[in-house]
Amino acid sequence: MKLESNIPSGPIEQKWDKHRAEAKLVNPSNKRKYRILIVGSGLAGASAAATLAELGYNVDCFTFHDSPRRAHSIAAQGGINAAKNYQNDGDSIYRLFYDTVKGGDFRAREGNVYRLAQVSVNIIDQCVAQGVPFAREYGGYLTNRSFGGAQVSRTFYAKGQTGQQLLLGAYSALSRQIGAGTVTMHTRNEMMELVLVDGHARGIVTRDLVTGKIESWSGDAVIFATGGYSNVFYLSTNAMACNVTSIWRAHKKGAGLANPCFTQIHPTSIPQQGEYQAKLTLMSESLRNDGRVWVPLKANDNRASHDIPENERDYYLERKYPSFGNLSPRDIASRAAKEVCDEGRGVGPGGRGVYLDFSAAINRLGEKTIAERYGNLFEMYERISGENPYTSPMRIYPAPHYTMGGLWVDYNLMSTIPGLHVLGEANFSDHGANRLGASALMQGLADGYFVIPYTIGHYLAGVKPGEITNEHPEFKKAVADVEGRVSKFLSINGKRTTSSFHRELGMLMWNNCGMARSESSLKEALQRIPEIREEFWNNVNVVGSANELNTALEHAGRVADFLEFAELMCIDALERDESCGGHFRTEHQTEDGEAKRDDEKFCHSSVWEYSGDTAKPNLHKEQLTFENVKLATRSYK
Amino acid sequence: MKLSLKIWRQKNKNSEGIFKNYVLSDVSPDMSFLEMLDTLNEQLLSKNEDPVAFDHDCREGICGSCSMMINGKPHGPESKTTTCQLHMRKFKDGDEVIVEPWRASAFPVIRDLVVDRSAFDRIIQAGGFVSVNTGNAQDGNTLPIPKPDADAAMDAAACIGCGACVAACKNASAMLFTAAKVSHLGYLPQGQPERQRRVLKMVEQMDNEGFGNCTNTNDCEAACPKGISVHNIARLNRDFLKAKLFG
Repeated sequence: MKLESNIPSGPIEQKWDKHRAEAKLVNPSNKRKYRILIVGSGLAGASAAATLAELGYNVDCFTFHDSPRRAHSIAAQGGINAAKNYQNDGDSIYRLFYDTVKGGDFRAREGNVYRLAQVSVNIIDQCVAQGVPFAREYGGYLTNRSFGGAQVSRTFYAKGQTGQQLLLGAYSALSRQIGAGTVTMHTRNEMMELVLVDGHARGIVTRDLVTGKIESWSGDAVIFATGGYSNVFYLSTNAMACNVTSIWRAHKKGAGLANPCFTQIHPTSIPQQGEYQAKLTLMSESLRNDGRVWVPLKANDNRASHDIPENERDYYLERKYPSFGNLSPRDIASRAAKEVCDEGRGVGPGGRGVYLDFSAAINRLGEKTIAERYGNLFEMYERISGENPYTSPMRIYPAPHYTMGGLWVDYNLMSTIPGLHVLGEANFSDHGANRLGASALMQGLADGYFVIPYTIGHYLAGVKPGEITNEHPEFKKAVADVEGRVSKFLSINGKRTTSSFHRELGMLMWNNCGMARSESSLKEALQRIPEIREEFWNNVNVVGSANELNTALEHAGRVADFLEFAELMCIDALERDESCGGHFRTEHQTEDGEAKRDDEKFCHSSVWEYSGDTAKPNLHKEQLTFENVKLATRSYK
Repeated sequence: MKLSLKIWRQKNKNSEGIFKNYVLSDVSPDMSFLEMLDTLNEQLLSKNEDPVAFDHDCREGICGSCSMMINGKPHGPESKTTTCQLHMRKFKDGDEVIVEPWRASAFPVIRDLVVDRSAFDRIIQAGGFVSVNTGNAQDGNTLPIPKPDADAAMDAAACIGCGACVAACKNASAMLFTAAKVSHLGYLPQGQPERQRRVLKMVEQMDNEGFGNCTNTNDCEAACPKGISVHNIARLNRDFLKAKLFG
C-alpha cells in the first residue's frame, strides 16, 4: 500500500490555489458522460451531490433513510466555525488553522487543515445565499458565539439547530438537482458492498430496505460520505442507524483505515438513566459559554445542588484551566469529568454526572436572554430528565460523539483505492486526535461544496466514461457475496438478538477502549471481541425473511461489521503507545493527568491495511511534519 | 408500570392491517416511548415473532423520522414533542395505548407504523429552494437582514418534515408543511426572485400528491412538534393569490 498524500509543494497559503490551478479538468460537455455514485446524503454527501450535479455530472445518491433530509448531520446543535473575523477579535485563516492543528493535538495534516480554514469563509457565504437563517444582530448582520478550544468568537449558528439548518440548505440544493433530473436519489437503499474492477472503485451493491432487492450500480467514481462509527460503543450520541459498514467494506477491499482509535468523547451529554437506554442525547457545547461546570468539593456529598454553598463547590475546569475555563477542548473537559467522578465526587444516580449550572448567567443576563440562546436545549433536557434547568443545574456526563479516525485519504480526498473518495466524518483527514467544536459541520460542507468538485475532476480526467457497466463479472460476484451474507444471517436461528450483541460489544469498548485505555484493558478487549464475534455467528437470531422490510436483518449486518471493526480499533489503540487528544493511554500522562504525547515515535497517522485476517492487519505510517505550527505541548491553562 | 398496547400491524403496502394487542410490564417512567417499543420488540424477537417496524433515527426530536399516532394524537399527548422525546412518565400504570401509523392517502403504509413520506420531498423538489449554484455567493454580510425577519424565517424553517400536520388534519392537507418552506424563504431577500414561481410550483405539486385542502381548523399547528404557526399558511395564501393574479 502506497501512501502518497499529494500535498502540493510551496508555502501553505498557496498550496490550494496552486493545486486548483494545476488540477486536470473535465470539459463541460464531457461532464455529462460521467456517472458518480455518492453514498450518504448528510452535509458532505448532499453538498457534494448538489455541487457535482450543478457542474454537469450525472449523480446517483444513496441513503438508507426515507429522505435525504434525515441524515444525522441534522442533529448537530451548536454551530459552524469560519474565519470571517466579523467580530474584529483577532481571528484569521491562520488562527483557525492553528487552533485546529493544536486542538487535534498535532496529529492532523497541516496542508488539509489550512485548506479547511481557507474555504470555511466560502461556506458561510454559500449557506446565507441558500437562505440558511443564521442568527443575526439587530443591525441585520451575522452574529457569532464562542466554542471550545478557541479564544475568538467565530462560530455561526441558527439557534440550537445549526446542523438542521445547514443540512436543509444542502438538501434544498440537492432537491433542486433531483427536480432537474441531474441527481437520481435512491432512498431506503443501504450500501452493502463496494465493487472494484482492476483495482479501481467502480460501483456498489445496495439492498432495498423495503423490498429486500439486492442491486448493483456502476459509475466512474464512488464517493462515500457515510459518517462515523461512534455506535461501536452502542450507547453514543449518534443516530440509531449510524454504522461502520461502508468504511469497513472499503477497508476489506483494500482501503487504508487511518487512526481508528481516535474517537471523541463529548463532555456534555445527558447521563444514562437505565439499562433499556438506546442512545445518549447530547447537550450542545455552546452551553458551556454560559454554563459553569462543577461538582461538590467533598466526595460522597449527597446534598441537593442548591444546598451546597458556593465555597463547597469545585468549579474544576475554571480551577485547572484558568485561561480557557469552561471552554476547554472536549477531550480535556471529558477526562476532567471522569476524573472527578472517579474520585467519588460525581452527582446523580450512580455518581456518573457533573453539574452544568446556569444560575450565574441567569442572574447576569436574565432568563429571557438565556431562553433565547438555549431555549430548545433546555426544553429537550427537561423532557428527557424531568428536571427544569432554569431552576436546578443540568447533570451531564461524557458520551461517544464523533470519530476522528476513518478511511485514509490524500489531499484530493481519495482513498488508497483509486476512484473511491471519502468525505466528511468518514475520512480521517482534518481533526487529528481531537476535533474542536463546530468544526464537523465546517469539514463536511468544505469537502462537499468546495474540495471534491475540484479534485474529482482531476481523477475523472484520466478515466474513460462509462467503460465499466454492472454486467462486469466483479459486480455479479459482489451481488452473490451480499446475497450469501444475507442468507447466512437468516439461517443461524440462534437464541440472542442482534441488540444484545451490540450492547455487549459496546459495553466492552466503552470500558476498555473508551475515555481511558491501557495495555491491559486493550489486551482484554482483543481477547473478548473474537469470542463475542464467534458467538454472534453461531447464536444470533434474525427473524423474518430477506424480501421484506426487516429491521432485525439490517441491524445484523451493521453489528457484524462493528464486531470486526472493533478489533482493529483496539489494535490501533494498543499500538499507539502514547496519549494524544482523545486517545488517552493511562500509562502516558503528565503529573497533573494530562495526555503525554510521544512525538519521537508517534508523530504519524497509523494506516491499517487488511491482510485477510482481522487480527493481523498490516501497519503503514504517514509521517506528519509541522512546518507552520510549532510542535508543542498543548496547554489550555 | 404495566401497559396494554394496541398496535397496528401490516405486513406490507398491499396487505391488510389489523390491531394486535400486547401487554408490556416493567415499563420505567424514564423510558422514552421508542425505548418502550424497543423493549417490546426484544420480547417479540425472543419469541421468534416479527418486531414492530417503525421509522426512527436521531431520537433527539430533530430528524423527523418518527411518525406514529398515539391514542389518536400525532406523536402522542405531550405538546411540541416528537415521539422519540415523549417519555413514559406521561402515562399511568394500566393505561391502554393505541399506536397506529400516519393515516393519509398521500402517505401509504409500507409496514406496521412505517409510511412513505416521499411526497414531501417532491414538494420541496418542485420549488423549495433558492436557485444558487455553489460558488456564486457574495459575502454573507453584504446583505443585512433585519433580526425580526431572520428570526421569523428561522421559526418557519424549524419544520422537521415529520408529517404530523398531515396526520392531524381531517383533510390530510400538507398546507402547514408547504407553507413553512414558502414562508421561510419569503421572509428573506434571497428568496424574493423566485417567490411567485415557488409558491405556484409547490402548491401544484402538493395537489398532485393527493393531499387535501386546508379548511383552517388549525389542528396542524396543535400537532406540530416544532410549533410551526398557521400564520405561515396565511402568508402562503397571500403569496399564492398574488402570484395567480399578478404573476
